[in-house]
Amino acid sequence: MSPNTRPKLEKRLVDAKYLLQEAPREKHFITGAQAMAEAVKRASVDMAIAYPITPQSEVMHLVGDIYAQGHIKEYYRAEEELGTMSAIAGASRAGVRLFTATSGPGLLRGLEAIAAWPGHRVPAVLGVLTRVVNAPLSIQPDNVEMAYLMHCGAVMLHAENQQDTFDMTLAAFAIAEKVDVYIPVAVATEGFFVTHAKGYVDMTAEDLALEEFDPVAAPVPAMDNETPPARIQRDAPVQKSNFMSYLIHAVWQQEIWDSNSRAMKYIYEYLGGPIEVVNPDADVFVIASGCAAAQGREAQRYAEEEGLSVGLIKVRAIRPFPTKEICDATKNAKAIIVPEHNAIGWLCKEVKAAIPNGGIVTEGPRVFGGMTLPVELIMVEIYDALGIEHNIKL
Amino acid sequence: MAEKKRYNMRISGLGGQGVVTTAHILGSCMDNAGNYASLVPFFGSEKRMAPVEAYVRASTEPIYEVGEVVYPDIILIYHSQVVTHGKSYTMPFYTGLKPNSLVIINTDIDVLQDEDIKVLKELNAKVVQFNATDLALQIAGTELATNMAMMGMLLGLTKLVTEDDIEKAVRERFLGTSFVASGGTAALDSAIEKKFKKKEQLLAKNMEVINKTFEMADSIDMSTDDLVVQLAM
Repeated sequence: MSPNTRPKLEKRLVDAKYLLQEAPREKHFITGAQAMAEAVKRASVDMAIAYPITPQSEVMHLVGDIYAQGHIKEYYRAEEELGTMSAIAGASRAGVRLFTATSGPGLLRGLEAIAAWPGHRVPAVLGVLTRVVNAPLSIQPDNVEMAYLMHCGAVMLHAENQQDTFDMTLAAFAIAEKVDVYIPVAVATEGFFVTHAKGYVDMTAEDLALEEFDPVAAPVPAMDNETPPARIQRDAPVQKSNFMSYLIHAVWQQEIWDSNSRAMKYIYEYLGGPIEVVNPDADVFVIASGCAAAQGREAQRYAEEEGLSVGLIKVRAIRPFPTKEICDATKNAKAIIVPEHNAIGWLCKEVKAAIPNGGIVTEGPRVFGGMTLPVELIMVEIYDALGIEHNIKL
Repeated sequence: MAEKKRYNMRISGLGGQGVVTTAHILGSCMDNAGNYASLVPFFGSEKRMAPVEAYVRASTEPIYEVGEVVYPDIILIYHSQVVTHGKSYTMPFYTGLKPNSLVIINTDIDVLQDEDIKVLKELNAKVVQFNATDLALQIAGTELATNMAMMGMLLGLTKLVTEDDIEKAVRERFLGTSFVASGGTAALDSAIEKKFKKKEQLLAKNMEVINKTFEMADSIDMSTDDLVVQLAM
């Protein structure tokens, strides 16, 4: 479609704070994929690039519709995910706001380029609609792929439901472009359970959009005929094997992870903080992120109805990891249960590393291959932690 | 059945019986009653007689959890072959059933094996059996109303919603134009519609089936120790 045939849209541009926290909202009943696309629609995105994979394809199809409607300036399907993620890095050098999304195997295929995004100071937003990556093959929402992304340097948010998906995606653009952050932000949520299921989402009006990307405000200026390429490209350390190159790499990566840490204050500002605590005085806590937090929220409610001292800590930010916040919230906890949608238990490892008394953490329950995480599995762990007999037959 | 805040249901049937449609109508019923529901359809290729499962959570409170219902407290079996031929994603059909739960099976013959009876008795389950297909044929003149009979029996036994809530939901499903479960189902609906000529007539027949099952449900004594309650027409 020629850009000229698309309608010119009149929008009122506002800052992130107003858009996320003050603008009036209306309730809609939509899928998680729609919620992500609706956030992109309101983010004044310059360019989207993607390669389709289930279950991400639903999101990028909708983003294609948004492009056709005139909400995005440019959109194309790359050759595959390594091409997609490399093209995002390239487009970023021109100083534009970028969005892409992928799932499971697509994320791993593109990971070589994604791992280099933070170092290249690419403030793009990456949607991760989780899917099995390991054998046997499945398209179902196992989220083990997030473990591979955790060590790349990007900020990572994990959405529990459709509302989170909308809010986090919109906030991601604002956080990524802060001068003291300026690294990519990934917004992950479970495929199918969230992307293909409907939930209630309070959304801002369609004609209200985030202020345009400002390439002049960027700590790494956009490249054009008047601004020479950033030093990392002109003088790549890889060309030299000497202590200067090691030093460059060290300060560079330290700066990336410091930038990652500095994103925390914006996670507080736009999303109310990296964790949500339900029943803070509880003896037993369920700590979970993404869809597992929804299952944990249900378990916490069942437990409360039975008069049990159980709380929930929902982890919104996986990177930067809320070490201090989780330590504070669990300082009087007697037991911690970490339900997860993957075999390795990456959140459990993070929680154990964060708190001084890792021995109180129950490893699981975990489901693999994208299976539903039954609330009953969490209830059994709660009963066991409290030493209560139960008649749940699993 | 003791009244609960929350029912987690698994509906197993065969393609063409309206399993997914029932899930959607149940969801609308709960919404009309000012309550909450979430539903998850689960099927492979869309074809007649292939296994179909749908899951419905119904509650007086908001529902957070997602995904298939693995541990149901209500199971609906739309076709005897789900039990006798294992035509289901969940085998045997009562896998994960919670204690003191309800099973409704569309059959007028004994489909349960000794092993099934042993397990269900240990779980203190109640099995209500009736020939929903026959009932649909006799009252609505089409076996395509089997799902209405099954849903009617469920709602008659649980009293989750009123008949008004149901009528509104059925009306939305067959007279509204906003909802399509799948291309195949929509085509099927239009075939039924042609058969009845008038949509209102279709609605009336469906409601007649549901009213009949409500009467039948009221006649059941759930307090007996018998595992199986077989209802005659």
